[in-house]
Amino acid sequence: MDTINKQSYMQKLKAYKRNPISLVLFFLVMVSTIITIGVLLFLIGYILIKGIPNIKPELFQWVYNTTNVSLMPALINTVIMTIIALLIAAPIGVFSAIYLVEYAKKGNKLVGITRITAETLSGIPSIVYGLFGLLFFVTALGWGMSLLAGAFTLSIMILPLIMRTTEEALKAVPNSYREGSYGLGAGKLRTVFKIVLPSAMPGILTGIILGIGRIVGESAALIYTAGTVAEIPKGSDFLFDSTRTLSVHMYALASEGLYVDQSYATAVILLIIVVLINYLSGFISKKLTKV
Amino acid sequence: MSKYKEGIMKAIFLIAACTSILAVALICLFLFANGVPAMAKIGIFDFLMGTTWKPNSMPASFGILPMILGSIYVTAGAVVIGVPIGILTAVFMAKYCPPKLYRILKPAINLLAGIPSIVYGFFGLIVIVPFIRNAFGGAGSSMLAASIILDIMILPTIVGISESAIRAIPQSYYEGALALGASQERSIFFVILPAAKSGIMAAIVLGIGRAIGETMAVIMVAGNQARMPAGLLKGVRTLTANIIIEMGYAADLHREALIATGVVLFVFILIINLLLSLLKRRTG
Repeated sequence: MDTINKQSYMQKLKAYKRNPISLVLFFLVMVSTIITIGVLLFLIGYILIKGIPNIKPELFQWVYNTTNVSLMPALINTVIMTIIALLIAAPIGVFSAIYLVEYAKKGNKLVGITRITAETLSGIPSIVYGLFGLLFFVTALGWGMSLLAGAFTLSIMILPLIMRTTEEALKAVPNSYREGSYGLGAGKLRTVFKIVLPSAMPGILTGIILGIGRIVGESAALIYTAGTVAEIPKGSDFLFDSTRTLSVHMYALASEGLYVDQSYATAVILLIIVVLINYLSGFISKKLTKV
Repeated sequence: MSKYKEGIMKAIFLIAACTSILAVALICLFLFANGVPAMAKIGIFDFLMGTTWKPNSMPASFGILPMILGSIYVTAGAVVIGVPIGILTAVFMAKYCPPKLYRILKPAINLLAGIPSIVYGFFGLIVIVPFIRNAFGGAGSSMLAASIILDIMILPTIVGISESAIRAIPQSYYEGALALGASQERSIFFVILPAAKSGIMAAIVLGIGRAIGETMAVIMVAGNQARMPAGLLKGVRTLTANIIIEMGYAADLHREALIATGVVLFVFILIINLLLSLLKRRTG
């Protein structure tokens, strides 16, 4: 087909001459694409060039104070926050997807309702999650601004993402796998855990990694649920300590206006994390399509 | 024994499936229960249509019209710039892009979607705000700056969804148009794009949803003055900014009024979601 449709540049030019509207449209497409790519390159390039020279060893000291403006506590808090939020959201998300795909019968009303609510959840802006977290976890449950309140707020936020990707991954597992397993005498539960889940794993992992990306980048939902204290939580009740994650740390620095250099450096670290996460999820989903 | 286990696990799966329903119910309950009484106390008309927001003066006035308009104007600005660029880029991605370039470009645009909003806000603060200050005068922190930064933020959404909408149109449409003697551009713009209309509309609506709910990036560049929007180069405050800025020290009716601001935002988002599901139903 390509060989038939192939035109020489002269032919193309002639066609455009006859048809100026086409030329204008072609021009607009190219200009828009160049703008999109240009903005992307400029944004990333600018932050990297300005930020990398500002990454200094004192930014990685264990304790934050106003002279070293260390981002280390915030980085560690981000990791802790991510782990707790995933511990809550991943089982619930995966289990609910298992119910929707493997157990619910066709035409089950619950499936429709769950789908609508999951879509609603994924459209809610993070600030509304923040408000809800403040009203429910912080105030109504009396947890105060804490690691736990922030993690629960985030886990509701990433729940629809994990649900949807797991659902799609489960649906992609061929029915013959399940039938083969039943044929060998395995029960439903064993089939789900030993056959279906392992083959759906790459898809589920992609969802979880995307969830990590959202957690790392989140700030509006955390300011009034986890607070802004720049310390690593310690002690037996560390779950109820107020903490700031890296994004909140960057907001605090940038809005104070005193620490522009450190803000650049934090932005670079955030960018690196996001690039890694994107690469990882791309890598895993590529593996998925190969199978 | 194993029958027990099957039953218990099925119940656990069912409970997990109900979590998202419970979450939506709780969010609605807590927002409305805390926000609606404040609206009633202030007077629903005074709250939604009042043009002054002075929570700390005596007597305090809680009118959020400036913020509602601020959100709408900023979003409209982002859509006016972002939608044409986004759709045209999607056309390039789906129809013009050589496979080699596509393999780099697609992850790059996905990356744009993953960058945290605070990084966008910071970029706006150090690049776009000074640029506007130098080019057009004024403070720089303005409606224009907020619109530009939001426009960059909604680009990946619009490009990604429009592209898959364009790709979903059968190749035969395109070939048929070419066979009738239409140029490549004519086939794309007068045959394929109209056919992909509802998918592209869904992309725009989703972009609007993202723009109107965006908080941190807007706070950094919009100026945040709580007064009626006065022009492109003047500062504005959006609904989202109003909540974040004042929630830290607000008390009593002021605090409730901020939650009510969240309720208004939530209702906006619910309307947008409804629109989106209508559009999706139409595409099947």
